[in-house]
Amino acid sequence: MSFNLLVLTCLGYVVLLFAVASAAERAAVAGRAGWLRSSLVYTLSLSVYCTAWTFYGAVGYAARSGLEFMTIYLGPTLVFVGWWLLLRKLVRIGRENRVTSIADMISARYGKSNVLGVIVTLLCITAGAPYIALQLQSIAQSFTVFVSDPESSPLATDTILIAFWVAAGLAFFAIVFGTRSLDANEQHPGIVTAIAVEAVVKLLALLAVGVFVVWFVATGPGDILSRIDTQALPEWEIQPGRWTGLILLSAIAIICLPRMFQVTVVENTEDRHLATASWAFPLYLFLISLFVLPIAVVGMELMPAGSNPDMFVLTLPLHLGQDGLALLSFLGGFSAATSMVIVASLALATMVSNHIVVPLWLRARSARQRDTGDMRLLVLSVRRLSICFILGLGYLYYVITGGSAALAAIGLIAFVGVAQCLPALIGALYWRGASRNGAALGLVAGMAIWLYTLFLPSFGPDVFLSARVMESGPFDIAWLRPYNMFGLTTLDPLLHSLFWSLMANVIAFCVGSILSFPSAIERVQGALFVDIFNRPGTARSWTRPMAEAEDLLPMAQRIFGATEAQAFFRAQAELQGKQGFLPDITPEFLEALELKLAGSVGSATAYAMLAQTVGTSVVSVDDLMAVASETAQIMEYSAKLEAKSEELSLTARKLREANEKLQTLSVQKDAFLSQISHELRTPMTSIRAFSEILMDAEGISNEERTHFAQIIHDESIRLTRLLDDLLDLSVLEHGQVQLNIASANLHDLIDKAITASKSVQAERQFVLHRNRDSEDVQIVTDTGRLTQVFINVLSNSRKYCDAAEPQMRIKVRRRGEMVEVDFIDNGSGIPREQDALIFEKFSRLTDSMQAGGAGLGLAICREIMHNLGGEITYVPGQGGAAFRVVCPLKLRARDNAAQPASDSTEAPE
Amino acid sequence: MQKRVLVIEDEPNISEALRFILSRNGWRVEVSADGKAALGSLSADPPDLLILDLMLPGVNGFDILRQVRAYDDTRTLPVLMLTARGQAADRIEAERLGVTRFMTKPFANADVLATVHEMVQT
Repeated sequence: MSFNLLVLTCLGYVVLLFAVASAAERAAVAGRAGWLRSSLVYTLSLSVYCTAWTFYGAVGYAARSGLEFMTIYLGPTLVFVGWWLLLRKLVRIGRENRVTSIADMISARYGKSNVLGVIVTLLCITAGAPYIALQLQSIAQSFTVFVSDPESSPLATDTILIAFWVAAGLAFFAIVFGTRSLDANEQHPGIVTAIAVEAVVKLLALLAVGVFVVWFVATGPGDILSRIDTQALPEWEIQPGRWTGLILLSAIAIICLPRMFQVTVVENTEDRHLATASWAFPLYLFLISLFVLPIAVVGMELMPAGSNPDMFVLTLPLHLGQDGLALLSFLGGFSAATSMVIVASLALATMVSNHIVVPLWLRARSARQRDTGDMRLLVLSVRRLSICFILGLGYLYYVITGGSAALAAIGLIAFVGVAQCLPALIGALYWRGASRNGAALGLVAGMAIWLYTLFLPSFGPDVFLSARVMESGPFDIAWLRPYNMFGLTTLDPLLHSLFWSLMANVIAFCVGSILSFPSAIERVQGALFVDIFNRPGTARSWTRPMAEAEDLLPMAQRIFGATEAQAFFRAQAELQGKQGFLPDITPEFLEALELKLAGSVGSATAYAMLAQTVGTSVVSVDDLMAVASETAQIMEYSAKLEAKSEELSLTARKLREANEKLQTLSVQKDAFLSQISHELRTPMTSIRAFSEILMDAEGISNEERTHFAQIIHDESIRLTRLLDDLLDLSVLEHGQVQLNIASANLHDLIDKAITASKSVQAERQFVLHRNRDSEDVQIVTDTGRLTQVFINVLSNSRKYCDAAEPQMRIKVRRRGEMVEVDFIDNGSGIPREQDALIFEKFSRLTDSMQAGGAGLGLAICREIMHNLGGEITYVPGQGGAAFRVVCPLKLRARDNAAQPASDSTEAPE
Repeated sequence: MQKRVLVIEDEPNISEALRFILSRNGWRVEVSADGKAALGSLSADPPDLLILDLMLPGVNGFDILRQVRAYDDTRTLPVLMLTARGQAADRIEAERLGVTRFMTKPFANADVLATVHEMVQT
């Protein structure tokens, strides 16, 4: 076929793609993008994974290593079949955060850090540019293979020149459809549709060649299988370790490759599409790999020795005179290469502009005054220049390496490179503790090892690394040899590099994350990403409006263009129920604006731009509280409510208790008054009755007169004593008592009390048991009051002890700073159920006359002992009534500033 | 025939005063300081009048009144209740239990005599 015809065919094909893409764009703009946004188109666009390298190279791979090429398809198959595990979350996060690239994803997760964006961008370019070069090479090669008349044009054999024009053409295509506008979420229906068409073409081409080979060259599947058996080489043996490594590698690649991220995440519109792709994409991969081995086997059999098996897909039909089929095959390879180049350059250009150029420009601008230029044009121009830059880089790479054999391996080498994004990406999705520093450390460590052990050596000795370094390590340190790090010699260079780079990456990532404390915004983003499925709404990172809508509108106009920006502001204002296009600067509005900006310029840049205008650049701890996801807010709120209601019920309980106490006190007060009334009226009754009897002198003997006068006299004294006791008790209870502190010997005090108590029922003879030595205790207290207590106890015993031969034992003991005095008689004591009552006022247990008191004695004793810093208790089980008086040896002046008796509920304050 | 009065009162001085006043007025006075013991003799040989203190050790005046009103023999026995607790609630409770008269201590001797007369003549 003539070169010109071929060029013409290519151009025609490209024009067709243009038509498809622009039709799709127009349909999308007009809102008729229904079928363009179908699961089918989404799945087909994923086939951008199958590049020219897979299209042509897989057959070569199969010819050399048998079924091993399948590993490149098995990895992605596993990832998609298990989409529920990882892809679903990845895609959801990407869509909800309007993520524009894998660099944007990682930067957004780790606190919208642009440093990470730059690292990932550089990594992807380093890995991606050679990959693009590989596509250029394969197109150029296929040209030279195809052209039957090499002399017809000077171009025909100049692969460098062909590559240049291919690169230029693809750049043009990518620019036209990739940078039409700064789409809200950076989706490109035109390109996606064109890629879907190319996916069909390359599949059809490979299937056609396969069918031709199986049924027209061979006689059917059986024949092919026997040919495979005879052709099998020893290298075709399956090596499980290598297979596992390669499957893992390709699984990582389908997630991390920038172009795959672009079509899988960025261009995704619905979860549903992913669900379909989970089985449809593996099916596509199965079909495209179905005839690889047959073609390889037949090619090896029929093609002259020394032909390049990488070109069998093309050369086999040519060799067999099937020009039409060869042309289709050529177009298939062309499709595979172009779709990859377009998507990859677009994805990389987005990264370059969003993470490197625009931030630099923003920084430069912030130094000067805020200008008002249309940033949209700037961002688009940057994007276009970036596409040219990326393709230029690929082309340059191709020219420098001159299509060397090293290039053929670059596919897998690039896989290992982009695999370095995996730890940071997985951490972003599943580990809240993952931090920016950890991610940066991991990426840099992994990338460095990848460069040293795989990428640089892949150019061959003496290009980047000297042969000497390759052979014996830098400075002759053997364990630093690029292909045999740390003495590991059993792995081939690819898996060796994958192992060490990921190992270093993961370790650095984990250690860095654990050792560094994530900033507030990182924690917010971490929670947002990790809990994407567990939260009802989006979190807010803008809480403190410091700017006016008037300031934000010009900025938005610069990014979106005046019409779209104003429409957005108007819609937001309407949402708030306002007229015009200046909404209130609520956190929700800022959130929406940031999201929209992020879709155009990436999250880090969007955040930086808003921060610049709004005036805050970090989320403070205060903000964090408000920012926490709505679930957290609701939880916090309900916790507060709970605390409130607990507080309330506590207050209510306290009030109830206080009320109960007051009621008790009120009842006690009534009872007390009633008692006092009784105690006062009783002697008065006698006094009045006998006074009246005496006044009416008739019929009273002299003895009677004297007797009655005696009664009046006694009852008057009783009345007086009662009043004295009441006053005494009141003073004691309120702690207003004046204590006369003096030093005395306890023995003397007891003596005094015994003497004084003898006047009570003086006719009774008590036998006293005392121990003089133990009573010899010097004590500093209000001696009068203490004696009063002793007298009371002794008098009670004289009154109530019912023994025929009453005895009283007095025991004194020192206990540290206290002294203990027990008074034990040999009576029947106090019934157990009443011994708690005896210290209460008016708790006379028996006949009042016998007692001759008002029942206040022990109550007074209790109050006195409180005031003296001690206590008086009844000790049951001593074989009689037993009272124990405890008081400090030395009453300090401060102690006597006695509080009102602590348990004195009778004294409301 | 000499009328009989039973005085249940734990304050010896008060019961002595009552005994003197009522005896001088022609009553045969019996005094008991223990309500429980008095209850036994009450139903066996009811007096013409019962003077009852409210605050008694052990069984109080209300309990005795309740018992008195429960016996057929003493259902209509005139009962004068004396109390040193000047509470209205006590009077209400006593009337509910069927007391005939209610007086608070201290009392005028003449009032007691007049009341007692009224109670026994009617």
